Amino acid sequence: MTEKAIEIIDLKKKYANRVEALKGISFSVEKGDFIALLGPNGAGKSTTIGVICSLVNKSSGTVKVFGHSIDSELEAAKRCIGLVPQEFNFSQFETCRQIVVTQAGYYGVTRAVANERAEKILKQLALWEKRDTQARELSGGMKRRLMIARALMHEPKVLILDEPTAGVDIEIRRSMWEFLTKINKQGTTIVLTTHYLEEAEQLCRNIAIINHGEIIENTTMKDLISRLDRETFVLDVDKTPQEFPCIDEVCFRHRDDSSIEIDVPKSAALNNVFEWLTKQEIKVLSMRNKSNRLEELFVQLTEKNNEN
Amino acid sequence: MFNRESLIALQSICIKEITRYFRIWVQTLLPPAITMTLYFVIFGQLIGQRVGQMGGVSYMEYIAPGIIMMSVITNSYSNVVSSFFSAKFQRSIEEMLVSPVPTVYILLGYIFGGVSRGLLTGVIVTIVASQFVSFQVNSWPVVIFVVTLTSMLFATGGLVNAIFAKKFDDISIVPTFILTPLTYLGGVFYSIKLLPEFWQTVSLANPILYMVNAFRYGFLGFSDINITNALILISLFIVGLLSLAYYLLSKGIGIRT
Repeated sequence: MTEKAIEIIDLKKKYANRVEALKGISFSVEKGDFIALLGPNGAGKSTTIGVICSLVNKSSGTVKVFGHSIDSELEAAKRCIGLVPQEFNFSQFETCRQIVVTQAGYYGVTRAVANERAEKILKQLALWEKRDTQARELSGGMKRRLMIARALMHEPKVLILDEPTAGVDIEIRRSMWEFLTKINKQGTTIVLTTHYLEEAEQLCRNIAIINHGEIIENTTMKDLISRLDRETFVLDVDKTPQEFPCIDEVCFRHRDDSSIEIDVPKSAALNNVFEWLTKQEIKVLSMRNKSNRLEELFVQLTEKNNEN
Repeated sequence: MFNRESLIALQSICIKEITRYFRIWVQTLLPPAITMTLYFVIFGQLIGQRVGQMGGVSYMEYIAPGIIMMSVITNSYSNVVSSFFSAKFQRSIEEMLVSPVPTVYILLGYIFGGVSRGLLTGVIVTIVASQFVSFQVNSWPVVIFVVTLTSMLFATGGLVNAIFAKKFDDISIVPTFILTPLTYLGGVFYSIKLLPEFWQTVSLANPILYMVNAFRYGFLGFSDINITNALILISLFIVGLLSLAYYLLSKGIGIRT
């Protein structure tokens, strides 16, 4: 049986203002997994993470981290977790090195060992040059990386990232993806919340979708994507056709003077579509998904849940 | 709880706190030296010469222990209240909350920060005072014991204030409207024996009076109040405030949702 990194059973949270953020959610994360926790704003993602990391007091339910209950073995549970929160939460006046070394100290790592780890991790995250710079002087992307570095200082078994790439440029986002993939391959379990669904699709093997404090989907990324019955593609063309037919269930739609859209069912082939375009002497310059596949599913699932 | 990891965590909090107030020494260590120099020049030398003797010693000698104690009280308090509230405000307190540092070590770490700054400013003010007055010390143990306990007491008070504070105004209300008046009315500049009997009795309800007088006893060997009562009172306040601070921190009041 696979070891569970995180096990949540019937977790409920009602805030003092009577908002019921979590209505009894249950899900688990297997050791070594890379799971996305998705949901619209206010769905309960950050509350769930807050409870796991004991920043939020739960109303009821059970949370275990590598078998350690946060009720009876909180310290052991905390040792297993590294948290990268959504908002910058370090002292703006401390240097990068002070922030990460102090954090390691909170986990009982001696200063000598912490200094060695700080050098290694800050170098991996391209922050070593900024080691003696105060946090407030860093760019947004650097601050995000600093929070990842800080979370890794005690070598946690599970890393929880709450929208780690929000507001960072594409290049840094890609380098962060590479880094996260690398540490996941080395054995660190990763739980990721993000609004970039492309990011979730790219990185995660499993997915849990939370909406209005309830888990509405918990499956593998592959399974979820396979449920998508139709995709929309945008074709950039040198000229648009005179008519917009449906060929083998693939229907054309006018978009603008230089592009058309096609709705492609899962089972349909595109050969005849291109053949027809060729006969019309229309040159296809490029082709792309109109929206991310996961995004379409996400919208479908949350809308269905909202109707219910 | 008293394992090596926890002690390393405590060390980290202490280093962080000390580094913080040394980083901003112009705001934390320099002002007490300047303010207290003014007190000695104005109250001690200029006005003091006209006041003459108090309790059998010069006025300057009389007020020196109280002025030192005043700087210890305000600095112990303000260090913890501003450090802890800043950590809450910037949410860097979460660094500690997600880690396995036991609550008692968070409490001790912050109190250590406040006590160390309080005592350090006490030493600075004593050095300043020694330029104006030659010190006699009646009892070193009483001096050290009283100043350390008082510093602990106000550091803990600062922590409780910071736990409840929701905005920056909330951390200045207690020092401005409670601490400063009580300190000025706590016998720093005068003996309560100079007051009418009614106000002498009222003054006995001021806890700072006991601390200032106990500290003065350590230097000069006389006091307006009974030393044993003063030590018992300070100890009771410490136990009460420490218990409250521990309860608030462990319940996550003001820091967890």
